[in-house]
Amino acid sequence: MSVTVANLSVAYRSHRGDVTAVDGVSLTIADGEIMGLAGESGCGKSTLGNALIYLDPRMKVTEGKVALDGRDLPIADSKAMRPLRMTEVSLVPQYALNALTPTRKIRRLVTDLLKSHGVQDRDEVLTEMKRRIALIGLTDDVLGKYSFELSGGMRQRVTILMSTLLNPSLLIADEVTSALDVSTQRAVGEMLLEFRDRGYVKSVIAITHDLSILAQIADSIAIMYAGRLAEKASTETIVNKALHPYTQALIASLPEVGVRHDQTTLTGIPGRPPSLVNPPAGCRFRDRCPFAVAKCAETPPFEEISPGHQVACWKVTKEASK
Amino acid sequence: MRRFLIRKLITYVLAFIAGVTIDWGIPHLMPGDPVQTYLSTFRLQPAGYAALYKTMSQAFGTNMSGWDQYLHYWKGILTWDLGVSYTSFPTPVSTLIAQALPYTLALLVPAIVLSYTLGNRLGAAAARRKALDNTVLPLGYIFQAMPYAWVALIVPYLLGVVWHVFPLSGGYDHSLLPSWTWTFIWSLITHWFLPFLTVFIVSLGGWAIGMRNLVIYELENDASRYLRALGARERVIRRYAYRNASLPQLSGLALQLGVVVGGNIVTETAFQYPGLGHLLFTAIANKDYFLLQGIFIFIIIGVLLANFIIDLVFITVDPRTRLSMQGAQA
Amino acid sequence: MSQTVLKEHASSPAAPDTPPAHGSEFLYYGLRNKKLVFGLGLELLLILFAVIGPIISPHNTTDFFKLGAPPSAQNWLGTDSLGHDVFAQLADGIRESYLVGALGAISAAVVGMVLGFTAGWRGGIIDEVVQLFTNILVMIPALVLLVVIGSYLNTRGILFEGVFIGLTTWPWVARAVRAQTFSLRSREFVDLAKLSGKRATSIIVRDIAPNMASYLFLVIILLFGSSMLLAASYDFLGLGPTSMASLGVMMQNANLNSALFYHMWWWVVPPGLVLTAMVAALLVANVGLDEVFNPKLREQ
Repeated sequence: MSVTVANLSVAYRSHRGDVTAVDGVSLTIADGEIMGLAGESGCGKSTLGNALIYLDPRMKVTEGKVALDGRDLPIADSKAMRPLRMTEVSLVPQYALNALTPTRKIRRLVTDLLKSHGVQDRDEVLTEMKRRIALIGLTDDVLGKYSFELSGGMRQRVTILMSTLLNPSLLIADEVTSALDVSTQRAVGEMLLEFRDRGYVKSVIAITHDLSILAQIADSIAIMYAGRLAEKASTETIVNKALHPYTQALIASLPEVGVRHDQTTLTGIPGRPPSLVNPPAGCRFRDRCPFAVAKCAETPPFEEISPGHQVACWKVTKEASK
Repeated sequence: MRRFLIRKLITYVLAFIAGVTIDWGIPHLMPGDPVQTYLSTFRLQPAGYAALYKTMSQAFGTNMSGWDQYLHYWKGILTWDLGVSYTSFPTPVSTLIAQALPYTLALLVPAIVLSYTLGNRLGAAAARRKALDNTVLPLGYIFQAMPYAWVALIVPYLLGVVWHVFPLSGGYDHSLLPSWTWTFIWSLITHWFLPFLTVFIVSLGGWAIGMRNLVIYELENDASRYLRALGARERVIRRYAYRNASLPQLSGLALQLGVVVGGNIVTETAFQYPGLGHLLFTAIANKDYFLLQGIFIFIIIGVLLANFIIDLVFITVDPRTRLSMQGAQA
Repeated sequence: MSQTVLKEHASSPAAPDTPPAHGSEFLYYGLRNKKLVFGLGLELLLILFAVIGPIISPHNTTDFFKLGAPPSAQNWLGTDSLGHDVFAQLADGIRESYLVGALGAISAAVVGMVLGFTAGWRGGIIDEVVQLFTNILVMIPALVLLVVIGSYLNTRGILFEGVFIGLTTWPWVARAVRAQTFSLRSREFVDLAKLSGKRATSIIVRDIAPNMASYLFLVIILLFGSSMLLAASYDFLGLGPTSMASLGVMMQNANLNSALFYHMWWWVVPPGLVLTAMVAALLVANVGLDEVFNPKLREQ
């Protein structure tokens, strides 16, 4: 197993009380697997992903452990994590378009990062970077440019390049396609696939609210709701055979290309996710779930229904046990 | 886009024209005849008054038309003929300015350079360490709020009266004659120190606070977060933040020049330090209008020049402006 | 000087994306912000002193006492070399400084807002001209301009001085207003207003101004402080009103009469100290206010 997250909870303090953004999440990602992490805004997916590499000082790990390639990943200890960042775990941030400092050329940025990690043969790494630049269809004069000289799409791709330069075991890609046009989205998606296929990265967590891009590139998809995992399965299963009511509603609400909506109406999911300051007991989707019963007042366990398919829902568990 | 440079140049040229026009225009737009105002400071017999009035009008050129006077004034400026000072008759204004200039430069340049560099370092350090910040921030605000005049009085009180370390006024000991002797030079230095300290102290606080805010902002922006996420050493991140913060701070320097010049005038007046500020003060007090106008235009030129130099430095240091100047393309 | 802080505000661009704190939220955070409470509190105390000071002062500024006497029960802050009570002068001087500061801030605000709104709203050539004007005026040292013009004029009075100062410092307000107007005029609610047929001035007053009110308020507070400092320098150079005591005039007289040489610290220290307190309190309150208005700045 490449990445193992065991019962992880992350909380932060706000002026209204402690907010548990990630509540008891457990999952595993295999070597070479691209796992999509999807859900509404505020469901905790970004917190989860980012916690695995850099825990915001305002947040704390309240329980759980993470293991990477069999070794413990000390996510709560920022000092211990530093040498592991970029080399073992890397991040393509949500704000990637602003991530490159404007006063230094790209080459300088890269060399400074390499120096911080004690990489001696920097020239070799730069040569490799030039090779990868050519791979994604850019010219290597990019290295001599400043970030503001590049277009948005180029910046996104250069950031991905930089983040994966040292071949990390785990790459966290946070909303990598959200700010781009459709054709650049495709290019970025293909870039991720290519990098994984060539072994530049081993596993990828692709955080997004856009299920359609996950359908293209992800091997598996994990759905989060209000800080907890709702369902996790292979992409094919999620898209066609989703079991959790929330996942089903999500898939159903996606507009289909070619379908006119004067015959049918777009369905959304009525209601809003619960506040995480004082979350309700039991299943958090209860209030918006069309299948909710009394049992749902108890928290459903996130368990394996069939091989590779985990769901947290009483209805599903009951039907599976029949 | 060359637009940037052309725009700047136009602004400078127009500012210069505006300065000269104000300089010329004020006495002429004031109610009353400038020659009359001038002569009112004398006590003259009617016959003498009439004769002087005639000569002065010719000298001032008030017998010409307004437009001619204006052009005439421009000619004077461009040939650096600023007229003759009435208080130090017959010394020309330009000579007086040239005499006072070294004193002012000796005061301003080190004070600005030191308070800027030290203030920046202090501010950047305060941005990193909370403990230091808790001292720097309130002190900085207090220093920023202190009137130049007050500091110019308190500093010599502490260092000159209470502790008899430094002299209280003047440019050098008046019992000495200017010469290249060690005694004289030492006297120059001791008389220079307190005014310098005054300008330095008041400016320091503002820079420190400004830099502190800028560095804090930089340390928390997306570029810094990315570096941190990729495991860069905090030292590197701080270096990047400092560099990025220095740019707006530099443009701030250009804006602050006007304030420092004003403070310099007050300081020199308080210390009777023989620089341009003190000269300006005596010109006002004695209604020596030629001298006043000469100093004004000189200060304008100086400030515009300094602004221009800072612009040039900014262009070399900031890649964004530099590249937009060369018309680089994404 | 406070102009460094002004410069930062002037260079930071648009109106905050998060709506400024309103009503009760403002009160909640406002009362908890140490800087705002301290600064505002100190300022109010000083304003109170400005109001009641001349009333509680047992003497007038024109009363004569022993020359150069140190503080005593009779003269709380001693007397100056002309025998006048320092405390009385101080009380009058604070009043005068506040008045000049307010006048300066108001005139700068009026001129700056008119020009800033016009430039930001109309754009194009009008904007270019106003910008040019602003950039030129900003470069010329305010005190130098004041001094050169003031030395020719014979009128000396608080109204004149205050308005005059305002006329040299309005560029700061104009810049801020222009930047805000620019960023706000392309927002949706303005488009809506235009669609519903409102006139330009109405849109400016009803829709745009309230949204930049908080920011504008901050700039004007800073201008208030810098006006007071400018006035003190102006008075110190001998161009201030001759009939009234002002803090700057007090310092000027102290300087001219070699007060320090005679160890008359009670003459020199109070005026500057009080002025420093007046301006520093404003600066600190301003920072606190900024934190309350912009939730992003609040330290958790």
